[in-house]
Amino acid sequence: MSYVLGLKCRECGQTYPQKGVHVCELCFGPLEVHYDYAAMRGKVTRESIQAGPHNLWRYRDLLPIDGEPRSGHHSGCTPLKRARNLERALGVQELYLKDDSANYPTWSYKERVVSVAVTKAVELGYDTVGCASTGNLANSVAAHAAIAGLKAFVMIPHDLEQGKVLGSLIFGPTMVRIRGNYDDVNRLCSEIADKYKWAVVNVNLRPFYTEGAKTYGFEIAEQLGWRLPRHTVCPTAGGTILPKIYKAYREFIDLGFVADNQPKIYSAQAAGCNPVVEAICAGHDLIKPQKPHTIAKSIAIGNPADGYYVVQAVRHSGGWGADATDTEIIEAIKLLARMEGIWTEPAGGATLAAAIKLIASGRIPRDESICLCITGNGLKTVEVVVDQLAPPDSIEPRLEAFDRFIARHAAGEVLPLALGA
Amino acid sequence: MGVKIRIPTPLRQLTQGADLVEVPAGDVEGALRQLCANYAGMDKRLFKQPGQLNRFVNIYVNDEDIRFLENLRTPIKDGDDVSIVPAIAGG
Repeated sequence: MSYVLGLKCRECGQTYPQKGVHVCELCFGPLEVHYDYAAMRGKVTRESIQAGPHNLWRYRDLLPIDGEPRSGHHSGCTPLKRARNLERALGVQELYLKDDSANYPTWSYKERVVSVAVTKAVELGYDTVGCASTGNLANSVAAHAAIAGLKAFVMIPHDLEQGKVLGSLIFGPTMVRIRGNYDDVNRLCSEIADKYKWAVVNVNLRPFYTEGAKTYGFEIAEQLGWRLPRHTVCPTAGGTILPKIYKAYREFIDLGFVADNQPKIYSAQAAGCNPVVEAICAGHDLIKPQKPHTIAKSIAIGNPADGYYVVQAVRHSGGWGADATDTEIIEAIKLLARMEGIWTEPAGGATLAAAIKLIASGRIPRDESICLCITGNGLKTVEVVVDQLAPPDSIEPRLEAFDRFIARHAAGEVLPLALGA
Repeated sequence: MGVKIRIPTPLRQLTQGADLVEVPAGDVEGALRQLCANYAGMDKRLFKQPGQLNRFVNIYVNDEDIRFLENLRTPIKDGDDVSIVPAIAGG
């Protein structure tokens, strides 16, 4: 049982049946899944959701699958954490972290989109799934393909962090490193999806794939006790998740599950790749593509396909945007770890750093509820902090040696690098 | 000899299935205009109005996005490759 009516062009409204197409043949606009919301009334309820499984499929009535889920049975339902230490540090009253660094099985929000895409790929009869990726998506596609028994073909830029490369290879996909940046990989992938008959999750399965991102927003609302945060700060790369969180909020409002508190949504980017934030702050719709230069590789997308919809969602909600330099991103990663015990990747650092700026500038009031979207895990990007943390001292296994170590510490001595000493 | 334009799947129904179409050199706008003249229906898909591409149409000349070059005025010579690529979701 599904409430999906079909696919519909976001630009011109042309409708299509459910199949592996992603752009409108009339205007090239992106296609979006179209639901029969009227039929949901009285059937899809808070109670029906709460009676569902403890994973992202509890929201399946609002997702575009017709049969049974093929993966993602342990994905989603990640912690929504009240950040009391950060509240004190930042001087705000009510701050939450939606923590997809703990998302299973590959530790990023991508489990949400890939669970839907892989299930849809099986429904549509594909035997191979693929993707263009800055790392997290490749990890997730490789793992979920293994779960669903599909072949996986993943394409990444040549200079990714080792953790993200190994984090795919371990699952046994075919992986190709492309000598170019993500936008080059993406473009190649669109040509590959054309030529080979594969389900490339972020190309020809994009309408289904992107819907999975709504579950991030659904969970925030449900975990807050069926209410919405007044302010949500979200990282922007290709622009998938932010408009889908906003869509999730609007769907829950329209279905009567949460009160309409006019939620505002904010985009966070790295200063070295900020085409969307630049457009938001300049007040125009046109996204001028950039060549990324930032340590935040997972959000280094200079030509974001859905950037336009990020700008629209931010503007419609009354939100704003902010960016963060690499130094600010690293400081924010450390702050989040030391305040809240969460080690996030640079995308999460950019989100916290941007939120700090938005709070300091008064864009986000200190006395209203705020949710930060932590979408990835720092263990995959150790390169970013490896030179930022002093290596630990090394001592002989004797109490006197430890006493001397403590004495040096107490004296505030800068401990020397003493590997093997 | 001319310029090769790579046609993506959603547009191939207009080109009778052809994935490569040759047009004379000049600039990008001229090449796309020629493409539109050769194939009925192409114009509406590529251009919002004369001189303005639809929002989700990306054009590349020899692997470079024309927005990093001179946009529609980007010169192209014999042997150059022009690609029409729809926008793709992130990853």
